[in-house]
Amino acid sequence: MTEIAQRKGAGTLRLAIPLVVFALLVFFLWRGLWRDPREVPSALIDKPAPDFTLPVLGDATRKFSPAEYRGKVWLLNVWGSWCISCQVEHPSLLSLAKMNAVPIVGFDWKDKPEAAAKWLAQQGGDPYALSVTDLDGRVAIDYGVYGAPETFVIDRQGVIRMKHIGPLDEASIKDKLLPMIRKLSQ
Amino acid sequence: MSVRRAFALPVIAALFALCAAVFAQTGTYNPDTPADPATEQRLRNLAGELRCLVCQNQTIADSNADLAVDLRREVRKQILQGKRDAEIKDYLVARYGDFVLYKPPVQANTAALWFGPLVLLVIGAGIWVALVRKRAAKVAANTVSAEDEQKAKSLLQ
Repeated sequence: MTEIAQRKGAGTLRLAIPLVVFALLVFFLWRGLWRDPREVPSALIDKPAPDFTLPVLGDATRKFSPAEYRGKVWLLNVWGSWCISCQVEHPSLLSLAKMNAVPIVGFDWKDKPEAAAKWLAQQGGDPYALSVTDLDGRVAIDYGVYGAPETFVIDRQGVIRMKHIGPLDEASIKDKLLPMIRKLSQ
Repeated sequence: MSVRRAFALPVIAALFALCAAVFAQTGTYNPDTPADPATEQRLRNLAGELRCLVCQNQTIADSNADLAVDLRREVRKQILQGKRDAEIKDYLVARYGDFVLYKPPVQANTAALWFGPLVLLVIGAGIWVALVRKRAAKVAANTVSAEDEQKAKSLLQ
């Protein structure tokens, strides 16, 4: 190979560098398009569900704590009558409840109990085995809740195994939630 | 005069009593109301280092989102309970993850973030040094022969 030919080879290689950098940039930006920055992975996955004792909505005499569901796979679904996305999610929760796969415990977050009860009545059904009310949002902090709706999947040992952020829909129930529930129920 | 003074004394006493009552109230551990200035200063400092997860690009000191208000109240409560700043941060990281810290901690999964720019700088400096050396070598190699110099001189005249 002559010196000139060698130089030419190095030249095309050098020309390729910006192209490679550009391709990398496009790759990362492209991936970024499909990722939701609002979805912060939970720090509580594979950690015991924080304990609480909260009043049950609509039953002043009853309180609920997660220990009651020890030995069961169950869902904790954060909602509020002020939450618009929860309205969107509600039909999916109703059809999930009809499957009788798992009990769904509602977590009424920073809500007035009267408003919450009224809201539930307006949604065309109550998918929850029961709902607890967290008036001051104190327990929600323990669960790292930062928006509603959020859904936790809790296993028989009382360990959080999955957290879904945002409204559940047919697809996320079928592809994400149910497989996990089946796996945990075995 | 003396009548007026006799009247003023109980009033002043009552005012003092009221002040004492107000101070006593701020002294109680009520996390919902502002506490003493030192606590509030610590709260402001800490809140300035914690991210509001609803508004993401704001600290919980800057945000008035419901969650930010709740978290400020929680931080104030823990300061009043005598917790150290590091303990309070650990408490929130355990629940919300590292993302709750406005300044990311230096650890294995943030190494690229912290040291990436430095690595890029070193690579850039390396390329620059290599280019400068190459150019210097080229200039040194391009010595003009005495014959050519003579030729050039004659042409320029």
